[in-house]
Amino acid sequence: MVDLNNISLTEIVKLVKLKKVSSLELTNHYIKNIEKGKKLNCFITTCFDETIKKSKTFDAKKNYDSLLPGIPIAVKDLFCTKDVKTTAGSKILENFVPTYESTVTSNLWKEGAVLLGKLNCDEFAMGSSNETSFFGNVINPIEKDLVPGGSSGGSSSALAASFTPATIGTDTGGSIRQPASFTGTVGLKPTYGLCSRWGIVAFASSLDQAGPMTKNVEDCALMLEAISSYDKKDSTSINKKKENYSKNLNKNIKGMKIGIPKEYRVDNMPKEIEQLWSKGIDILKKSGVKIIDISLPHTKYALPTYYIVAPAEASSNLARYDGVKFGYRSNKGKNLIEMYENTRGEGFGDEVKRRVLIGTYVLSSGYYDAYYLKAQKVRKLIKKDFDNSFKKVDAILTPSTPSSAFKIGEKTSDPISMYLNDIFTVPVNLAGLPAISLPAGQDSKGRPLGLQLISNSLDEQRMLNIAFAIESEIKFKQNLNRWWE
Amino acid sequence: MPIDKNQVKKVAKLSRISLEDNKIDSLSKDLDSILTFVEKLNELDTKEIKTLKSIADKTLEARNDIVDDGKIKDDILKNSPEKNEDFFIVPKVIE
Amino acid sequence: MSKEKFDYFIKTENNNWEVIIGLEVHAQVISNSKLFSGSSTKFGGKPNTQVSLVDAAFPGMLPVINKYCIEQAIKTGLGLNAKINLLSIFDRKNYFYADLPAGYQISQYKNPIVGEGSVTLDMPYGTKVVGIERLHLEQDAGKSIHDLSPDKTYVDLNRSGVALMEIVSKPDLRSPDEVNSYVKKLRTIMRYLGTCDGNMQEGSLRADVNVSVRKKGEKKFGTRCEIKNVNSIRFMEMAIESEAKRQIEILESGKKIDQETRLFDTKKNETRSMRSKEEAHDYRYFPDPDLLPLEIEQSFVDSLKKNLPELPDQKKDRFIKDFKISPYEANVLVSDNNISLYFEDVIKNSDIKLAKNWIIVELFAVLNKKNLDIKNSPVSSKNLAKLINSISSGEISGKIAKQVFEVMVNTGDDPSKIIKEKGLKQQSDPKELEKIVKIVLDKNTDKVQQFKSGKEKLYGFFVGEIMKASSGKANPKLVNDILKKELKK
Repeated sequence: MVDLNNISLTEIVKLVKLKKVSSLELTNHYIKNIEKGKKLNCFITTCFDETIKKSKTFDAKKNYDSLLPGIPIAVKDLFCTKDVKTTAGSKILENFVPTYESTVTSNLWKEGAVLLGKLNCDEFAMGSSNETSFFGNVINPIEKDLVPGGSSGGSSSALAASFTPATIGTDTGGSIRQPASFTGTVGLKPTYGLCSRWGIVAFASSLDQAGPMTKNVEDCALMLEAISSYDKKDSTSINKKKENYSKNLNKNIKGMKIGIPKEYRVDNMPKEIEQLWSKGIDILKKSGVKIIDISLPHTKYALPTYYIVAPAEASSNLARYDGVKFGYRSNKGKNLIEMYENTRGEGFGDEVKRRVLIGTYVLSSGYYDAYYLKAQKVRKLIKKDFDNSFKKVDAILTPSTPSSAFKIGEKTSDPISMYLNDIFTVPVNLAGLPAISLPAGQDSKGRPLGLQLISNSLDEQRMLNIAFAIESEIKFKQNLNRWWE
Repeated sequence: MPIDKNQVKKVAKLSRISLEDNKIDSLSKDLDSILTFVEKLNELDTKEIKTLKSIADKTLEARNDIVDDGKIKDDILKNSPEKNEDFFIVPKVIE
Repeated sequence: MSKEKFDYFIKTENNNWEVIIGLEVHAQVISNSKLFSGSSTKFGGKPNTQVSLVDAAFPGMLPVINKYCIEQAIKTGLGLNAKINLLSIFDRKNYFYADLPAGYQISQYKNPIVGEGSVTLDMPYGTKVVGIERLHLEQDAGKSIHDLSPDKTYVDLNRSGVALMEIVSKPDLRSPDEVNSYVKKLRTIMRYLGTCDGNMQEGSLRADVNVSVRKKGEKKFGTRCEIKNVNSIRFMEMAIESEAKRQIEILESGKKIDQETRLFDTKKNETRSMRSKEEAHDYRYFPDPDLLPLEIEQSFVDSLKKNLPELPDQKKDRFIKDFKISPYEANVLVSDNNISLYFEDVIKNSDIKLAKNWIIVELFAVLNKKNLDIKNSPVSSKNLAKLINSISSGEISGKIAKQVFEVMVNTGDDPSKIIKEKGLKQQSDPKELEKIVKIVLDKNTDKVQQFKSGKEKLYGFFVGEIMKASSGKANPKLVNDILKKELKK
């Protein structure tokens, strides 16, 4: 009997196509895992009856000519799913049931997949440890008291614990890549505009991107192929032909040039991360890749830039949560203004409030030029750094995170220390570039560490190929003892 | 010290978020440290820099002037906390 | 129209005050669907039936701009002789209100689609050029209904997202009359272009009026107050007068004007403060990250310009030159494109002078009385031309024509049919008229004697009797000639 918990999505799809396993069998397997895994608190909503129904329907038809035939998949609770509760990890949407389906999840169902449930996440995607969710924090399956990363913490945890064979998250400042790194899985943030944002609960419009989270690179290519599409309902969606990322996946990276940015070597960087980075560099050298030292001089300004731009856009995007059209409404308040204030005061958690207030402040009269406008100008400088580098190199290699997963509660008292988790991932979102995190090793405590590849705009195929090559040399293995069952 | 308690209250009013009195102090401290952190950008001279037109590498696309949406009153009202068959209902505004 | 001097100054015991007015006109764009979504813009729909997920700002919804609305804004800008900005940006204007579902309005702040332009007004004291500061596109808000319940407001989002053009004038207006003229001119231009129907009762056109005052001769502008959402020209005139007087009273008592937003109370005929002083709106404008800058090709603007219809000013100049009518009459005829089309149809083959008088005086009187648009005129242009021709040819007299016209209004009939049926043809046969004249004179020989001995007033009596005897159909000119001749005998 195949151990479904330890094979890849690609292999599962093969099995389905060979009729060796049915969609219903898969669904039942994941349902069992999920029901035994409630401790991890990965799910906000499950819809098992519907999933079973859909699996049965799939098995009854005989068309397996799709990318994800009958595959049960759970998705981050930031994607609006028709008739299935969508909360964004927030009390203010605790009972919101969309009448529409996001484009990205539509693409999954079009390719034959069926919805398992909605995964926990930091509230409105604001967080790096999945500790800000109204529905409670998520636990990392690697170890009992560890955070799974965030904001796609429910996704990374569920994936690592095999509650779903693959999943999708969103990445605004690292929310796919950082949790991937913390859980020993693969996470990819596409070029801005490659995947549609229509139907995704918006956090920061110029930074948000949906992306795949998988157990290996091959699966990642497959999922990216499934979800990427041009969507004319999204004005920022790039109009280009869909690429066959999985068919064109290969390890031919000889002769490529990979850049190593000196500014990513930060003060007090843990030795293990240095070593991991060197390991990656060595692997690339052995594969015939030329390693080039590059400079991204404005790297240290990326986090401050991000913490102006993202909250500013969020403060405006979250203004629609006012208790009028959907979501929670406070019953305190004698008039409209009081209703607004109480609804949002009671409905939003602390981190969301912090960011909305910062965002409102940096946009307000008298401060706009000094903060928001300034940040947008620095953003251009950060992008130019990358543009200049890509004249010399094909991709850039960095660590994904400045540490492995930390303990629950360890960083919740100081927002800045939490923000520093995203130091390597944030510049990528500011520049709108694609990046992937793949597991590359473990620290002395056995906690996974990831390496990040950053590529030029729309260069996902090459980036996947390089990741594929590194992965096959690293041979990262993670055997979890399922302690939560 | 970029922001003090009174400014925090003002910004909270602008954002229509009620703050509990016992939380205002810690919130002000947090906001102050965040704003101090982001002021690092002042190290850079950006006077001559023009912002990006957009992070999306494309131009604005426009749609044709056809009516292909709306007529979904029930869906529109379905999730509202207070409504009747035709309208959203909210507490009165005092003008 | 005599040339009067501009004299709208408010005189108080000690001072002569000048009123400075600037207008921000909100004009709803004529289009099938909304500015950033595909729902209908039709007026009067059942509540919340013309609302899409985007209009209601559901989570994850995104705006996509309507091509035609862009065109309509450019055309309007061209009609205002304004600069079209080939690069413009959409910004979010952030504030909270029940009829603003997203908590922000997509508008344009520092980079509007249209820049400076001008509008020319014909005032009794001469031509006045009013500067246009800018025109930008923005979303309209929904409707809050306050009077269906004592403590609740009902919200209808049908109007939420409809395209508006905001046209901002320079503070060049100086009187309620100028404002009246300006709004009407703007409306006429947009109606000619088909970019806005200017229907103030349906809310397609409304204005925020900025008013300040200063002593006559002073160069600096005073502090202004904004009177929001005035939806009729008459209310604008009233609001300006009452606000100017309010400000003058404050200034003359030595106090200062607080810059604030006010509402015009139509029942009390006064303005009142709209927001408490601390609630100053900070809209926190920033470029909408869900959109990109709007980039327009000059060739596109040029092609729109080429296909513009003839605009009121050009038409007026042409009418004055080609048809030799007065500026006042030309103004009236071009004030509505349908009127000018009607006029030009009538004069295709009929006398211009008669045509303009019949339209401006007789036809307009009927339309006003029946509250009709010229598009729904009971008298068609073809039939009016026929009527005019029958006057020119002498078939009927001008007086009889008025009778015929009345019947035409009630029946819509062809005038020749009416003239025939009612036998109203003018009697122009000299032999016949001679007979009638002779009969009348014979019947009144004593009066003839009196006339001949000096009572010249009796001439009118004879004419009257001749008209009576001919049932009004006698050709007046011929009657004159014949009567004079007979009386000389």
